[in-house]
Amino acid sequence: MTTFLQAVVNAVTLGSVYALIAVGIGLVFGVMRLVNFAYGQLIMVGGFALAVTIDWPVAASIGACFATVVVFSLAMELTVFRPLRTASPQTMLVTTFAVSFLLQAIALVKFGTFGRPANSLGQLNRAVSVGNIDIRYITFVALGVAAVALLALVLLLERTPIGLQLRAAAADPATARLLGVKADVVITVAVVIAGLLAAAVAVILTVQSPIVTSDYGLRETIIVLVGVVVGGIDRLWTATLGGFSIGFATGMLGQLLPSGDGLPFTRGVYLDSAVYLLVIVVLIFRPAGLFATRGSAGVERV
Amino acid sequence: MTETALLQLEDLEVRYGSVAAVRGLSIDVGKGEIVGLIGPNGAGKSTTLHAIVGAVAASAGAIRYAGASIRGHKPEAIARAGIALVPEGRRIYGDFTVDENLRLGLVARRSRGGENDDLAAVHDLFPILAEFRTRKAGTLSGGQQQQLAIARALVARPDVLLLDEPSLGLAPLVVDIVFEALAEIRRRGVTVLIVEQRAQRTVAFADRTYVLSNGELRMVLSPADAADTDRLIAAYMAS
Repeated sequence: MTTFLQAVVNAVTLGSVYALIAVGIGLVFGVMRLVNFAYGQLIMVGGFALAVTIDWPVAASIGACFATVVVFSLAMELTVFRPLRTASPQTMLVTTFAVSFLLQAIALVKFGTFGRPANSLGQLNRAVSVGNIDIRYITFVALGVAAVALLALVLLLERTPIGLQLRAAAADPATARLLGVKADVVITVAVVIAGLLAAAVAVILTVQSPIVTSDYGLRETIIVLVGVVVGGIDRLWTATLGGFSIGFATGMLGQLLPSGDGLPFTRGVYLDSAVYLLVIVVLIFRPAGLFATRGSAGVERV
Repeated sequence: MTETALLQLEDLEVRYGSVAAVRGLSIDVGKGEIVGLIGPNGAGKSTTLHAIVGAVAASAGAIRYAGASIRGHKPEAIARAGIALVPEGRRIYGDFTVDENLRLGLVARRSRGGENDDLAAVHDLFPILAEFRTRKAGTLSGGQQQQLAIARALVARPDVLLLDEPSLGLAPLVVDIVFEALAEIRRRGVTVLIVEQRAQRTVAFADRTYVLSNGELRMVLSPADAADTDRLIAAYMAS
């Protein structure tokens, strides 16, 4: 029972980090109909920003991480996505692959195969005992950041004029523009928020895996992209829930699957197969998404 | 009339691939006028409105608003310049509340201040919107949604209101409400260009009605022609 509770706590932590990634991807998809495969490289940029500023005071280092990631996020929008605004979704998706590989290659050249350490928040790995389970401080940080970020986003979307315009642009971009909603403005807002979320994810991830390499954040992003599709990419909350679910499932399976020594009976082999088997089963029975309530219509862009 | 036209189309042409949906269309809408646009299905009426608001690109001709060309401008820029469209099928946000839909209408306003007065004014015009303000707009009836769509356009304080088949699919009683609202909008001095299927009613209501078929202008009718059923039928048959 204790092991199970411990697994749940860890899985919820992973789920909340993945949920943050899912929000960043889902928000941009909502207003641009763009699946940004290069989102993981924003996390990588954040990781390297923390690594490069490792000698700075922690707050300044984190500030540098947020600033750098937002700048990269905006630069991506201005130099790549905006010129391709009227291109087909396929073209844009392939372009994000190119951006992803380009940024990874640059990081590889600049920081080498072994990457850089970014462990200035390493003390958050210390644990407190609650009952019989150990909870690391980073768990509270991850949960807290996810909760605060999601709450702030909900307030922005539900309570402010720009949030209303963002929702309108995501729900029906053509009508939103007819009502005077400026596509470039809502997209810029979404891109900045997505950047802030990627930076937050970078800060949390570096606590758990402090060596930042050129493929940092890549695996997480791929898994979350799958989760977002499974949840339902056409709405933000289903995408977020999808991200959380696949994080939670990955976390649970990673701890509960057998870890025997003899191949192929290792956790490593089981984990990905088990997660993607779940994904296939879900998509067979709920092709529009796990949390979809109705058939998803054709997508339009702002 | 050309001198004072607030909205002016000159030799407008809109193509969908090789098909010309609108050809050589010239229309003047003077300030404060109500102008009708009628014709059979596929005549190019909706396309004309979409070209004016920048939702489809014109392939030739001029679109002028207050004397300046707006052809090729972005839809959001045209909306913010003072041209509001009430689209066919309402296009309200069904998952948003009635209030949120109305607030989206405020986005295109050119001046700050007075928002609450204008919201109160449309609540006077369509009391149902005040009553259901926190309801999801998707739960309203078709007629109520049409009132919401018109109200959403009005709170933008447009100089020109374009309406695309506002009575489509509505019960006769509701159609009356819509036309009464249009009469009130006329009294407020808003310029209106209305596309409609209800030919007789539109001709009687508008200062001037253009008859379109196959993308071309066939005829211009005055309110006096509304009673002349033969002439109306002839206008449709001309295609």
